[in-house]
Amino acid sequence: MNNSRDRTSADGGGDGVPTVAGRVRLRTEPGAQVRTVHETVAPDTVRQSVFDINDMGVQYGSKTALAHTTMKIYRHLVTAIIGPSGCGKSTFLRSLNRMNDSIDSFRLLGQVLYNGHDLYAPGVNRVEVRRRIGMVFQKPNPFPKSIYDNVAWAPRNIGLTADLDARVERALRSAALWDEVKDRLRTSAMALSGGQQQRLCIARAIAVEPDVLLLDEPASALDPVSTAAIEDLIGTLKNRYTIVIVTHNMQQAARVADRAAFFSLDRTDLVGTLIEYGDIKTIFGNPRDQRTRDYVTGQFG
Amino acid sequence: MSDGTLMGTDELPYDPTSPLTPTGNLRRRMIFSRAVSVAASMAAYIAIAVLIVVVWGVASRGAHALRLNFLIHNPEGLAEGGIANALIGTALMVLFGALIAVPIGVLTGIYLSEFASKKSRVANGLKLALDLLQGLPTIVVGLFIFGLIVIPQHKESGFAGAIALAIVMLPLIARSSQEVLLTVPGALREGADALGVNRWRTVLGVILPSAMSGIATGVILSTARAAGETAPLLFCDGIFNPNATELNLFGHGVPNIPLLILTASDLAIPEAFARAWGAAFVLLLGILLANIATRIVLNRSLKKRGGA
Amino acid sequence: MSTRPFAQRYFGRGHSSSGTRRNPVTKTGDSVLRGLSTAAGLVAVLVLVGVIYQLVDNGQPALSRFGLGFLGHTTWQPNFKQFGAGALIFGTAVTSAIAGFIAAPLGIGIGLYLSMMAPRGVRRIVGPLVEMLAAIPSVILGFWGVLVLAPFVTKHLEPWLHNTLGFIPIFGAPQSTGLSVLTAGLILAIMVLPIIASLSRDLFLTVPSELTQGAEALGATRWEVIRGVVLPTTLSGVAASVVLGMGRALGEAIAVAQVIGDGNGIHTSVFDPGATLTSRIALQFPETTPHTLYSGSLFYLALILLVINLATTLLARGIARRFDVERSYAKAVAV
Repeated sequence: MNNSRDRTSADGGGDGVPTVAGRVRLRTEPGAQVRTVHETVAPDTVRQSVFDINDMGVQYGSKTALAHTTMKIYRHLVTAIIGPSGCGKSTFLRSLNRMNDSIDSFRLLGQVLYNGHDLYAPGVNRVEVRRRIGMVFQKPNPFPKSIYDNVAWAPRNIGLTADLDARVERALRSAALWDEVKDRLRTSAMALSGGQQQRLCIARAIAVEPDVLLLDEPASALDPVSTAAIEDLIGTLKNRYTIVIVTHNMQQAARVADRAAFFSLDRTDLVGTLIEYGDIKTIFGNPRDQRTRDYVTGQFG
Repeated sequence: MSDGTLMGTDELPYDPTSPLTPTGNLRRRMIFSRAVSVAASMAAYIAIAVLIVVVWGVASRGAHALRLNFLIHNPEGLAEGGIANALIGTALMVLFGALIAVPIGVLTGIYLSEFASKKSRVANGLKLALDLLQGLPTIVVGLFIFGLIVIPQHKESGFAGAIALAIVMLPLIARSSQEVLLTVPGALREGADALGVNRWRTVLGVILPSAMSGIATGVILSTARAAGETAPLLFCDGIFNPNATELNLFGHGVPNIPLLILTASDLAIPEAFARAWGAAFVLLLGILLANIATRIVLNRSLKKRGGA
Repeated sequence: MSTRPFAQRYFGRGHSSSGTRRNPVTKTGDSVLRGLSTAAGLVAVLVLVGVIYQLVDNGQPALSRFGLGFLGHTTWQPNFKQFGAGALIFGTAVTSAIAGFIAAPLGIGIGLYLSMMAPRGVRRIVGPLVEMLAAIPSVILGFWGVLVLAPFVTKHLEPWLHNTLGFIPIFGAPQSTGLSVLTAGLILAIMVLPIIASLSRDLFLTVPSELTQGAEALGATRWEVIRGVVLPTTLSGVAASVVLGMGRALGEAIAVAQVIGDGNGIHTSVFDPGATLTSRIALQFPETTPHTLYSGSLFYLALILLVINLATTLLARGIARRFDVERSYAKAVAV
């Protein structure tokens, strides 16, 4: 009944993350199933939701890339977006900071609320959005500038020039890169290794102190050692930021994430769909949906 | 775990729950960015305005040329008549020049795309030579032909003019042919070779036909451009009888459109201007139409090839 | 069946590795085509060599008489057998500079607009229109310049400039005809603008989108992305396009000859008539007879022009090639 195991909402479940009572629509079949969850909540442990995603979908021209998705993303948690390739994970992520706007045919359906504000409302300033919601890309993309200038570039734009040296150092330390580059800050960033460049990109992103960090498969192009370094990083960063990470690596998700959203391609119309969303232990240990179970167990071999 | 090395405290320098309108200095930055955009767009519109002003300037004064009489009659005296002989003269010279420049240019393009290995010094040297040739001031080309042909022959002629025009056309055709040929997929060549077909058959029978429309486009654009070239003709075909009725490329100078316009601007006889404006309008119209037509054809073939 | 690339196989002389027999007759076909196309390629080189030869050969009378002093001498009096390129080099420099000051910022601005700012529909119309500007034959532009632009310049532009900026010596007293260095510079600007615009636009489009997206994701405005990422990566290319545009301005003969007035000597005011290397050749060559000092001097001018022109073409190529940041970036980030 009210056994935590039996909770079926896409919005709660698992230990330690009490939910707010609410109606939730979990779309597992063309006909939507509506399940209601009631729960007693200890008020001081309520998690704030940073993103309220309501019935959101993405279309590129006439093609639907992402089907209607509803979920909440919580503050100071690492939320992993997992699923097979091509199921719209990156599209989903990029819709959270309006990076899809550069694609002409992009159209958002539904609503994405960020801290209660509609992200796609007419008066919203994209630059302000990206200032608060930062992104690190799959392939490291440092600027052809010095290491220092890479990190200092955005703060200079924004006007955060007080104690710039200290800011750069803090960012590089937070990205676990400081010790390796502190003696060559003025040298070109292009001379760094792939793993270092990616950490530089992370340092760059956090130098402006965003509210949220979106990571799009940040370690997929890197070697195992760099990958491990970045995963450690995520663990320390989440105390400060809300992190959403797209990854196709199940083990990685299991290692770093608190919650996971499993997307897959709907077999009939090839549209990315949210299958299941919940606590990481639930998704991996006791997934409710068969498809989740198949994916998770298949990955673990 | 937050040790003191992490970014700041839990306090962000702004309120993340505030509405998504510019905070901090963003407002000022947005205004500046927009100002730059406006300035850049103004530059574009200035350029278009200049284009319109010039084209309209020519069209309004020369539109009278679009009468059959004007086009098929020869000039009479200084100001009367039409421009028929100049039209034919230009056409003859451009055609003759193309007859020379097109085979050489296309063959050069074939050499660069089919036979030369990309890194070879010969190929690079050739590309350099073509670049330099293309950048040559056309008046220098005119002087070259003057020394090469006009002086030995003791006369200016349509022939000399045609050769000068051929030199102007050559690098353009060579480059555009090479570029078009390079876009033909390598799979075509490999497939033909796997079947044991000889190279020359492949080139002539498979590669060239598939590149044909691109090459034709390059040829059309080059000949349109050559029709308007004046400097190469100044010393090679500058002396001619403007009212001539018989045109012989190998005789003495042949009337042509560019020099007809040039002499009008030199002579400063207002009555002659009308005829020159007419000639200018016909020439400009032809060139603009050739440009637009090739652009449309190119767009269509691009869509056919690959689409988005 | 071999798996080596086609060209490589062809170059490796001899047998077709697939083992099929080639008809000896058609193998000749290959050689014929190869020979023909090689010969065609040589034509370009031959022409270049021929051009240099003709200019030097016909310039002999002046070359041997004046030597390098020709470059500094500014008097040009054919009747007194005085010739010098000085004033013409000056005139070439001034008209090109005017064209450059106008066309470079405008052209780069247009390039930015077409690559980074304009909506797609606008791009597709504005782009080709700007390129059309380059298609206008120079004799038509010059004709329009003489009959339309020059009167405008002398009636409106020169008085205005003289009144507002007359304290600067280059804006002297307006002349009557409007055939001046300024008018020539304006006409040249019209010819150079589309070149710089198209080249810079193509250049800005080569900046990898990962760089611009990375910059946008850091909360930068459009201008900041341009200033921080696009311009620094394309700086050398932009410089090369400007140099190329200037090279075009240098070599332009007809339109300049029509509107510049064939003045003598070096004047400070751009409202005065002037002359460039090309305009002097275009306007005075028909009055010469071959193998004289006069015609030799004009060939000498052409030789100077050729040298400058070759230098700018090579410079543009060198700049674009040496500092190809695009390529080196791609190499460096290959993880």
